Amino acid sequence: MPENKVSSTTKGIRIEGLHKRYGKGDTAVDALKDVNMEVAAGEVVGLVGPSGSGKSTLLKCLGAVIEPSGGRMTIGDQTIYDKGWKIKDIRALRRDSIGFVFQAPYLIPFLDVTDNIALLPMLAGVANAKSRALAVAMLQALDVAHRAKAMPSQLSGGEQQRVAIARALVNRPPVVLADEPTAPLDSTRALAVIRILGQMARQYETAIIVVTHDEKIIPTFKRIYHIRDGVTYEEAGEGREIG
Amino acid sequence: MISLAGRDILKSWNKFVFTGIGLGLLIGVTFSMAGVYRGMVDDAKALLNNSGADLWVVQKETMGPYAESSSIYDDVYRGLLGMAGVARAANITYLTMQVRHGLRDVRSMVVGILPGGPGEPGYLVAGRLITRGHYEAVADIATKFKLGDRIQIRRNEYTVVGLTRRMVSSGGDPMVFIPLKDAQEAQFLKDNDAIVGQRQRTAENPGLNRPGVPGLLDAVLASQSHNPYVNAVLVQIKEGYAPEDVAEPIRRWKHLQVHTRAQMEEILISKMIATSAKQIGMFLVILAIVSAAIVAFIIYTLTLGKIREIAVLKLIGTRNRTIAAMIMQQSIALGIIGFVVGKIVATFLVPIFPRYVLLLPEDTVRGFFVVVIICIAASFLAIRAALKIDPAEAIGA
Repeated sequence: MPENKVSSTTKGIRIEGLHKRYGKGDTAVDALKDVNMEVAAGEVVGLVGPSGSGKSTLLKCLGAVIEPSGGRMTIGDQTIYDKGWKIKDIRALRRDSIGFVFQAPYLIPFLDVTDNIALLPMLAGVANAKSRALAVAMLQALDVAHRAKAMPSQLSGGEQQRVAIARALVNRPPVVLADEPTAPLDSTRALAVIRILGQMARQYETAIIVVTHDEKIIPTFKRIYHIRDGVTYEEAGEGREIG
Repeated sequence: MISLAGRDILKSWNKFVFTGIGLGLLIGVTFSMAGVYRGMVDDAKALLNNSGADLWVVQKETMGPYAESSSIYDDVYRGLLGMAGVARAANITYLTMQVRHGLRDVRSMVVGILPGGPGEPGYLVAGRLITRGHYEAVADIATKFKLGDRIQIRRNEYTVVGLTRRMVSSGGDPMVFIPLKDAQEAQFLKDNDAIVGQRQRTAENPGLNRPGVPGLLDAVLASQSHNPYVNAVLVQIKEGYAPEDVAEPIRRWKHLQVHTRAQMEEILISKMIATSAKQIGMFLVILAIVSAAIVAFIIYTLTLGKIREIAVLKLIGTRNRTIAAMIMQQSIALGIIGFVVGKIVATFLVPIFPRYVLLLPEDTVRGFFVVVIICIAASFLAIRAALKIDPAEAIGA
């Protein structure tokens, strides 16, 4: 019987033999052939690959936006996919167990910074006041508490990305997927975002997968997964410290 | 939970307010159209009530005097007064025509009444009732005549001695009451050239001007210069008599058509106003469809402008029903803005309408619910589009 939420005590994500096929018969395309990854709680790994390698498809599978065609995904010690979803409410899975940071912050333009973050716990049924308190705590942790009442359009690019990170982490998800989070930023701000992600991963014991093309930040990862033609290869990164 | 719709409206309030004002103008026109219909019905009822009659005695096989022309002899009322159950009976004439005041013509329904009889205006807002047999008039204030004004009906001048209110024909023309004899003359009177021509033709007719019958021509000419007809006789019945019980003997013995108040109301509302009501009904349906199309288009456009935000909302776990509620609430909010603006517009439009417009509170309440239902229906297209948005749009290609 599938359950609604991941309730694992040991965090992190493991992907084994994941594949995704689009179409059928002669027109079938294997976007993912054999993806194997393991990211521990508190760890930030890079996912690198050329265009058309299957990065976006992998991200969508990991984000439970599309259903894989096979393989197995486990968050903590709970299997969420094994020849079919093992979680009944995929929406709740995305809300509670997976955080998203996008290339552009994609904050909700008609909500202020606090409510952009507080919306997630509210969607999970947490009371408004408590949700806002959690949001303010996240903003403090990310040094943007002074912009709590600002509208997204009033923030700089870096501030917006910090708010987006706060939103991704506010429900304390075991996994955060970051899709090119530094693409629109200059190198100083890009490195600052990666440093924040690292801090947050350790602080909240979150496994963070950063999909990137950004040469500036690739050396900061200790482990990097390369994806090529739908197959992942693990490689040790430089793990360069960010000053 | 945060009101997503409310926040979005606050952020883009100018879009909602300006669209709401545009919609409100449309709703205002819709209310006014409904008010025009109500006014027509009310005018018809006022026409019957103000006549003070219980029965309308008219020419046989006609629906007169308002719906069809009716002509009966002006001495019929004497016979009616002798019938069981008849308390009062009086002749009356109706003639829709241009009444001249200075250089201005006012389209009016000229009513010929017997002073003191049924058909006389029930109340005045200024002046007095007609007391003289000739050349006095009581006018509805919608004519914009004033006490003491001299008005011209056909060749004769009348002095306005009294003013009344809400005395209009079923077509909305204000009434001008004049003495019955004057009205009969006005219906019949021709210009001098026509009278001379008619006399000449009669004199040249050998059948009407026989050499061996002195006085015949004079008698014929005298009959031609007098109008012995009226349009109807208004009858008030005695207490304790049912209208139908009084009407039936009149139909049988006098060979005339008698309409009770209920029948007259049916004639006025179901027959005379029916076409106008259908036209107004069609306008209301068209305006409702246009309003729905505007709301649907605006909400759909606003929703398509938020594809990325909706994709993010879906990705982070927002339920479809929350997104649908957001869109529906925005649509309803737009409708409420439109409704308020529409109500204000209609209220200000009423006094400048050329005819009586009656805005009933129950129509306003009904209108509010119709607007809400239209807005809910109009939001379905946008909701459908929003629910189709793939959360993957937030992740990108």
